[in-house]
Amino acid sequence: MIEHFVTAPQWEWYIVWYFFLGGIAGGIYALGAILRLMGDERDAPIARLAFLLCLPILVLCPILLTLDLGRPLRFWHMMIDSRTFTINFKYWSPMSVGVWVLLIFGVFALVSFLEALANLRTGRAPFLSGGLGRAFVTVGAVFGLFLAGYTGVLLSVSNQPVWSDTWALGALFLASGLSVAAATLSLASRLGRHERSAEAKLTRADRYFIVLELALLIVFFVSLGAAGSRFLAPHWMALWAVVLIGTLVPLALHFSSERRTPAMLAAALTLAGGLALRIVVVFGAQM
Amino acid sequence: MARTVGFFTDTTLCIGCKACEVACKEWNQLPGHAPQFGDGYDNTGQLDEQNWRHVQFHERTTAKGGVAWNMMSDVCKHCAQASCMEVCPTNAIIRTEFDTVYIQPSVCNGCRDCIAACPYHVIGFDEASGLARKCTFCYDRLQANLMPACAKACPTESIKFGDLSTMKEVAGARLNQLRGQGMAEARLYGDKEYGGLHALFLLTDKPEVYGLPPAESAVLPGRNNARGYLGTLVTAVLGVVGAVFAFRERGGKE
Repeated sequence: MIEHFVTAPQWEWYIVWYFFLGGIAGGIYALGAILRLMGDERDAPIARLAFLLCLPILVLCPILLTLDLGRPLRFWHMMIDSRTFTINFKYWSPMSVGVWVLLIFGVFALVSFLEALANLRTGRAPFLSGGLGRAFVTVGAVFGLFLAGYTGVLLSVSNQPVWSDTWALGALFLASGLSVAAATLSLASRLGRHERSAEAKLTRADRYFIVLELALLIVFFVSLGAAGSRFLAPHWMALWAVVLIGTLVPLALHFSSERRTPAMLAAALTLAGGLALRIVVVFGAQM
Repeated sequence: MARTVGFFTDTTLCIGCKACEVACKEWNQLPGHAPQFGDGYDNTGQLDEQNWRHVQFHERTTAKGGVAWNMMSDVCKHCAQASCMEVCPTNAIIRTEFDTVYIQPSVCNGCRDCIAACPYHVIGFDEASGLARKCTFCYDRLQANLMPACAKACPTESIKFGDLSTMKEVAGARLNQLRGQGMAEARLYGDKEYGGLHALFLLTDKPEVYGLPPAESAVLPGRNNARGYLGTLVTAVLGVVGAVFAFRERGGKE
C-alpha cells in the first residue's frame, strides 16, 4: 500500500456539483442517442427530451469549473498556451483532456439541442435522422460517456489518498452517471406526459445501471483495501448510507412497481445517492 | 548560463535555527502565516504557499533513554520526474535552464491539480493571488549568479548548494564518513526517487519520519491513467449493452 504525504487541493462544492452535473449531462446524451438509435417511434419524444435537457445542464459545468479557479479569467490557459498561443493538450493529464472533451461535447450537445428544439416546435422529423445523423449522435454519445466517467480518472491521477489508491473511480462515476441520467430523464418525462412504454424502458435500463454501480462500489472498496478505512467516521458512513439507499431502494422499486409515484421517488433517491457518492469521495479523501 | 543545480541538506548539521526560513521569506517577500504554537519548537507547521522552507523537529528517544531531535530543513525537491509538472494542464509549471521546477505566476490559473499531485506536500494555494505557489529555487537569484537565499543564510552549511553532480559527490562522501564513524542509521534520500531529486537529504531515520515517501511510495500520478480509463471503458461497454437491451425490448404494459 502506498503511503501518502500530500496536501489536499481544496476541490470542494464547485467540483462536486461539476462531477454530478457532468455525469447527468454526459449520461443523458448517451441515453438519448441509444433511444434514438435502438428504440421505436414511441421513444422519440423521450430521446428528444434527453437532448433538450443535456445542454442546459452541461452549460453549468464550465461555469462551475471557471468559478473554482483561483484566477477565473485565465480559464482559457487550459486550452491555449498563454505564452506561445499554441494549443495546450496533454493526453496524460485528465484535466487537460477533460477541458477539450467538455468543449467538443458542448458542440454535440448544442447541435442536438437545436435539432430537438426545432423538432418540438415544427413537429418535423429530426434532421439528424439519416446515416450521418446516426453517426453524429453516436460520436456525441462517446464524448458524453467520457465526460461522465473521466472525472473519476481525474481524481485517480494524483497522489491523494483514496483517489489514487483505486483504479475504479472512473468506472464508478460512469455507472452512477448513467443511473442519475436515467433518473433525471425519468423524472422529467413523468413531470410531462410521455409514452409509458419509453418510461418502462428507462426503468429497465436503470436496473442495469444500478446493478453495475453496486458491483463497482464493491470493486471500489476492495481495490482501496485498508485505505478505505478513512470512510469509517460517522459522517462519511452516513453519506455512504445515502448512497446505498439511493441505489438499493430505487432498484427494489424498479422491480416492484411501474406506477408514477414510486418511479418518481426512485428517481429522486437515485439523484440524492449520486450526489452523496461524489460528496463522500471528493471531501472524504481531503479531510 | 544554463547549469544543473541542486541542494544537499545534511540533517546531521541542522541546529534548527530557521535562518533558512527567514531568509527565504525575506528574499521572496512571503509574509508567512501566524505562528502555530504546539508541543515543540516547530511553529511553522508545513510547507505551503507561504513556507517554502520548513524546519522540521522530530523528537526521538536515544539508546541511553534521553531525548534527541532529528531536524530537517524541508524544501521543494525539484524532481527530475515531477508529478506537479506531469498533471499541470496550463503548462504553467516548467523546467528552467537550471533544471529546476518553476511555476510561472503569469500562466498559472489556480486549478490546484499540482497540489493534488505533489507527493511531498510542497505546493500551497495562495488565496490572495489565486495561484499555486512553491519554492522557485530562487530562480531570480540563480539568473543573477547568486546562490539561493536559504543556502546563503544557513550558518552550519547544513544546506549546501551547487551543481547537482557535485552535490551528489558531497552527499556520498558525507554518508561514507558518517557510516565510517559508526552512524549506521545514516542514509541518503533523493538519489533514486522520481528520477533523482534536485534536493538531496542526508537522514538519520526512515524517510517517512520526515514526511518523505519511501522509494516504493514515490510514484507518479500518471500510473493510474491506463487502468482508470480501461475500467471506465469496460463500464461504458457494459452500460451501453445494458441500455441497448433495455431499449430494444418491447414497451412496458400499456
